[in-house]
Amino acid sequence: MIESYLRGFERISASGGATAPDWARSLRLSAITRFETLGFPTTKNEDWHFTSVAPIAEREFELLAPPTHGVTAAQLAPLAFGATDWHTLVFVNGRYDAKLSSAAALPDGVTLVPLKQAYETLPLLVEQYLGKVATFEGQTFTALNTAFLDDGAVVHIEKEIEVARPIHLLFVSDTSAGAGTAQPHNLIVLDRFAKATVIESYAGLDGAGAYFTNVVTEAVVGDGATLTHLKLQRESEQAYHVGTLDVRQARDSHLVSFSFATGAALSRTNIYTELRGDGCGATLNGLYLGDGEQHIDHQTRIEHVEPNCYSRELYKGILDGSAHGVFNGKVYVHPAAQKTDGKQTNNTLLLSEKAQIDTKPQLEIFADDVKCTHGATVGRLDETALFYLKSRGIAARTARQLLTYAFAADVLESIELAEVREGLEAATLRRYIEQS
Amino acid sequence: MLEIKNLHASAGDREILRGIDLTVNAGEVHAVMGPNGSGKSTLAQVLAGHPAYEVTEGSVTYEGQDLLSLDPEIRAQQGIFLAFQYPVEIPGVSNAYFMRAAYNEIRKARGEEEIDPISFADLMDEKMKLVEMDSDMLSRSVNTGFSGGEKKRNEILQMAVLEPKLAVLDETDSGLDIDALRIVAHGVNSLKRPDNATIVVTHYQRLLNYIVPDYVHVLAGGRIVRSGGKDLALELEAKGYDWLLEEAVA
Repeated sequence: MIESYLRGFERISASGGATAPDWARSLRLSAITRFETLGFPTTKNEDWHFTSVAPIAEREFELLAPPTHGVTAAQLAPLAFGATDWHTLVFVNGRYDAKLSSAAALPDGVTLVPLKQAYETLPLLVEQYLGKVATFEGQTFTALNTAFLDDGAVVHIEKEIEVARPIHLLFVSDTSAGAGTAQPHNLIVLDRFAKATVIESYAGLDGAGAYFTNVVTEAVVGDGATLTHLKLQRESEQAYHVGTLDVRQARDSHLVSFSFATGAALSRTNIYTELRGDGCGATLNGLYLGDGEQHIDHQTRIEHVEPNCYSRELYKGILDGSAHGVFNGKVYVHPAAQKTDGKQTNNTLLLSEKAQIDTKPQLEIFADDVKCTHGATVGRLDETALFYLKSRGIAARTARQLLTYAFAADVLESIELAEVREGLEAATLRRYIEQS
Repeated sequence: MLEIKNLHASAGDREILRGIDLTVNAGEVHAVMGPNGSGKSTLAQVLAGHPAYEVTEGSVTYEGQDLLSLDPEIRAQQGIFLAFQYPVEIPGVSNAYFMRAAYNEIRKARGEEEIDPISFADLMDEKMKLVEMDSDMLSRSVNTGFSGGEKKRNEILQMAVLEPKLAVLDETDSGLDIDALRIVAHGVNSLKRPDNATIVVTHYQRLLNYIVPDYVHVLAGGRIVRSGGKDLALELEAKGYDWLLEEAVA
């Protein structure tokens, strides 16, 4: 309900609010005003046509405080697939946890700090970009998030620095998350020719319930820089998750994004990028795995603003039970964006009669010299491939499981970071192939 | 080993096989030739149990059992192998995983222990030499992005690993250049034993210069219109199929 958020906002303001510079306070104020005006979207809104947010809109979520009892490092290890040399900031119930974080040993020229610290150490950078990339004018959830701007991570990679190991922003919710909400806000800035991999993980720890994560991440990729961004959404099965990644790319920059979504009762992931310079590339891949009553929605938007850029997009999904998937992929080619080369594909495998997918790949082209294709398939397992496996002696049931796994593995293969690729492959294998 | 009697099969409403009779004994190589649309690929697929074809009449007995009542995987476990004319691409499953899974299923069916990955790698090393394949083919997804020749060699590799009793090669020579053809033929010849048999389905006589058949059968209009020794293939090469088709009609 809107009112509960408005009351929450009043309460924070009355108590003086958390420490933040003046510009951030006024940003929050305009955001709450905008949120009040917009309200929660209904399915009449084109961007939310296939996803009803009523379960979120009708509940009251309290803004979460840090947990009272400790989360342990052992609980977090599996979420990093056992990797121990990642640069990690941990947030529990949306609140930065210094003890669990391990951002030490960063190379020179790399900053990885919680937002409140960034206000002190990187004031100009934060003021320059925060709220400027992910604007909330028409976006309810971004407005809501910005109104409660308080915690999150700031990543800054200075020019020509390549960070060898991934940066992990790990957001977990524990049992004390109850019916609360976390509204983290992250900022990633890569200066020219910088290169980094940033992983955003969202996970529910054992016993976490129907909490609501609403996250916004803004990323600025400078001239010739390369950002690899992996989003791993493994929230608790009763949770609600809305996450937006909004990227702005400069000349000759590259974005390689992967969104893995398997958790939450209701989730919406927005991946947006604007190719604002000549010669950019954007690769947006994703995999969603749904079961039971889950609703998993992805919306992607690639804005080709300048010429000679390419974009590649492959989203795949496997839906079982009564799961409902949504893929809405938009590619806009602006009038100046000649020689745009775009390809977008969405393939979904339905394992049960009740599972469903709404897929809507959209191309809007306003330039005349471009090469763009898009397509979507929805289907069941390929009978020819099934016969091929069976003709080699593989039992029908095993053949089905193997092809289901293979459908997912095909897109997981695109993940360059070995720990994540192999970790997700192993998890998917366990999920779809019974071990004899 | 295999006895086909009056076999009729259809795809949808279309009858393709109209009464095939064929007997194959252990140690024999049979060539099945015929023009396009004669039903020779259908015969190969029916033997493997392809679900697109319905057998409407006749019987197939394999090692004393009713072959047609068995599911495709059971047929494979009992020693039948079909080398596909168009091997299927399976992105996301590595060749190594696929072959080990198949090999273990077949071993299980024979009451043998499953093989561990390391012993299997040794076995693959040996078998891959036979078809002159590089070991990097094992880590690639099954047939995905393989050239035509690589796909066919991969079929023969599977045959070498699974060691079938009855191998059916469905136009394995189509689309192969002469070097690939030699490699494939060498593989097939090396696997020949007194206790197994091979049916070679082909459009061209060319393959039979390398895999010498004991018997040649000509299929036309879903029936075997002529059977003979290996010389029949040479006669077909010289005279084409038309004279046989005319005789069959007459």
